[in-house]
Amino acid sequence: MDYRAMWETLGMDVKTHDLLCEALPGMFGGVFLSQENRPEGMDYFYSVVAEIHGLRPAELVEHKKNGGKVVGTFCIHVPDEIPIAAGAIATGLCSGSQFWVPGGEKKLPVATCPLIKASLGARFDRTCPFFRLADMFVGENTCDGKKKAWEILAEDAPMHIMDIPQMKRPEDYAHWESEVKGYLKRCEELTGNKVTPAKLRDAIILLNKKRKALQRLASFRKLDNIPISGKDMLLVTQIAFYDDPARITEQIHKLCDELDERAKNNVSVFAKGTKRILLTGTPLSIPNWKMHHIIETSGGAVVCEEMCTGIRYYEKCVDESGATVDEMIHNLVERYMGGIHCACFTPNNERIDDIKRLVKEYNADGVIDVNLKFCNIYDIEGYFVERELKKEGIPVLGIETDYTDQDTEQLRTRVGAFIEMLGN
Amino acid sequence: MLYAGVDIGSTAAKAVILSEDKSKIIARRLMPSGWNSRLTADEILAWLLSEERSRDELRITATGYGRVSVPYADSTLTEITCHGKGAAFLGGNDSTVIDIGGQDTKVIILSAGRVIDFVMNDKCSAGTGKFLEVMANRMGLTLPEFFALAENGKAVKISSMCTVFAESEIVSLMGLGTPRENIAAGAVDSVAAKVCTLVSRKSQSGNYFLTGGFCEAPLLVEKLSQALNSEVNTCPDARFAGAIGAALLGK
Ligand code: SF4
Ligand code: SF4
Repeated sequence: MDYRAMWETLGMDVKTHDLLCEALPGMFGGVFLSQENRPEGMDYFYSVVAEIHGLRPAELVEHKKNGGKVVGTFCIHVPDEIPIAAGAIATGLCSGSQFWVPGGEKKLPVATCPLIKASLGARFDRTCPFFRLADMFVGENTCDGKKKAWEILAEDAPMHIMDIPQMKRPEDYAHWESEVKGYLKRCEELTGNKVTPAKLRDAIILLNKKRKALQRLASFRKLDNIPISGKDMLLVTQIAFYDDPARITEQIHKLCDELDERAKNNVSVFAKGTKRILLTGTPLSIPNWKMHHIIETSGGAVVCEEMCTGIRYYEKCVDESGATVDEMIHNLVERYMGGIHCACFTPNNERIDDIKRLVKEYNADGVIDVNLKFCNIYDIEGYFVERELKKEGIPVLGIETDYTDQDTEQLRTRVGAFIEMLGN
Repeated sequence: MLYAGVDIGSTAAKAVILSEDKSKIIARRLMPSGWNSRLTADEILAWLLSEERSRDELRITATGYGRVSVPYADSTLTEITCHGKGAAFLGGNDSTVIDIGGQDTKVIILSAGRVIDFVMNDKCSAGTGKFLEVMANRMGLTLPEFFALAENGKAVKISSMCTVFAESEIVSLMGLGTPRENIAAGAVDSVAAKVCTLVSRKSQSGNYFLTGGFCEAPLLVEKLSQALNSEVNTCPDARFAGAIGAALLGK
């Protein structure tokens, strides 16, 4: 499909964007298509990434033609149920490619986390359709970098800023509840649709179904013979931030049905003796597949991501019992604030407890704590991650990296040595 | 069957051959890595096959950052695993191994000869051989000359950790007429301090073993011992630790 006309209409810098379009297939092929014994059910997801800037954006364009709105978010603390209940389409916006970083560095200090730089670059360089299509950008002040970067982004994009608490006391839950209510009002104004209890309940059920599908998929990684690679699981998770929720839910179940067969026959995509690695740390936004690729080509298998692009996104469901909008918002806040353990909170012991629990559940041999460069909060929290896991005798490797490839060889040595260490 | 280890580092390539029972080093070879790891690897192969050794009676394991350029190796392992194993062979069974390499510095914790933890310096070259090389170059000296000079110096403080900044710092120190031996001694101190910081992130064991090319730089060993407040052991074969470990791990 040729989407150039659409990109032109969206006001994109099509020439520069072509460079990205040229680079992606090679990069994708090297990471994904080189895998042996891929499940057939992955084809849907491969086709979605192959046209990541075409297929889904075209649907958003269609939706907008009919008067619909698009809401873009940057953090999994922000409940997608709200815009969906207001009739909007919700989409993730976090950017995982070095391609956008130089654009972000035009406005931000180099010593800023690449996720933030790439997000600003994608907007200001006009090289990402999602950053053109969103009618509202929902930012939050989770970390200092985002908080201040959103002020710059606001000069070009319609922002709605949410004030996320930094602690989890009762008054903080109350505060986030009022923020979510403000968000609901803002979404109603944007779309002109009232959020009714029925619509909100439908949205909650819709997204719970997506979560359950992702949970079902993840559970295959607990098996001794793992029928799906970590890379493939990561890709599915990343796409879940963008794709139509009902459609992706169905596709994930299809994939799971295939994996059920594989499980019966003890099929594994990994060789015997492959070391099971749990990743923890900052988000891996699409198309950031770097660590998974290095690990899975160095004798390791990623069995779980204790990350926003992983367990934190789908592990817990929202309580579906609320009858009024207020009750449902309360339930959303319980899940979105109480159920996600990000380093932006203090203290954040629950994250360490989660890692320990997940190591057991997924039978991991070791943990790699991978954080984006210049992300202070995760970097500092790494101190506790390492200390507490060591107390339990769980090997840990700390890695700090960005979106470039320049440290690939060094990372290969570290990851390789870690995996050798697990094997001796 | 003889066991050979080939360790292609960023500045030096090392190779050893171990006896059948892996208890003795029967041959060693040290050469500059040069600009082309493939050519270096070929030269090493010619050496391995000299003295009428045939390829079939050798089990070859490659390590080091140039390990991918050793197409004839039977297997490859990372330098961390190999340095740990090699240090254990040389007597550091339960120790904190410090390897100061040409490009990176690693700290490896051994327990009963097994690697149980490790850390490498970040991208920057402070605290590595590169740092000293750059400083020596800037002063127009070879590394041995540089160490000889530093022996007699009274260390000045070099505050920049970053190699690039430290280089301009010593240029201005030279401009101020600071005695060269004091600058050289300061640079050695700086490396010892940086290595000490890296070590303190991982271990308090007090039992240190230095591997890599600086095993025969007594000044650095001394400064390291001072910085760590504990004796640092090493031996002339410690520069071959990676190659020895690789050979030992050959199956
Ligand atoms: S890491 Fe924290 S701030 Fe970033 S998306 Fe996740 S929850 Fe939000
Ligand atoms: S990775 Fe860290 S610095 Fe970057 S946006 Fe997330 S919390 Fe902020």
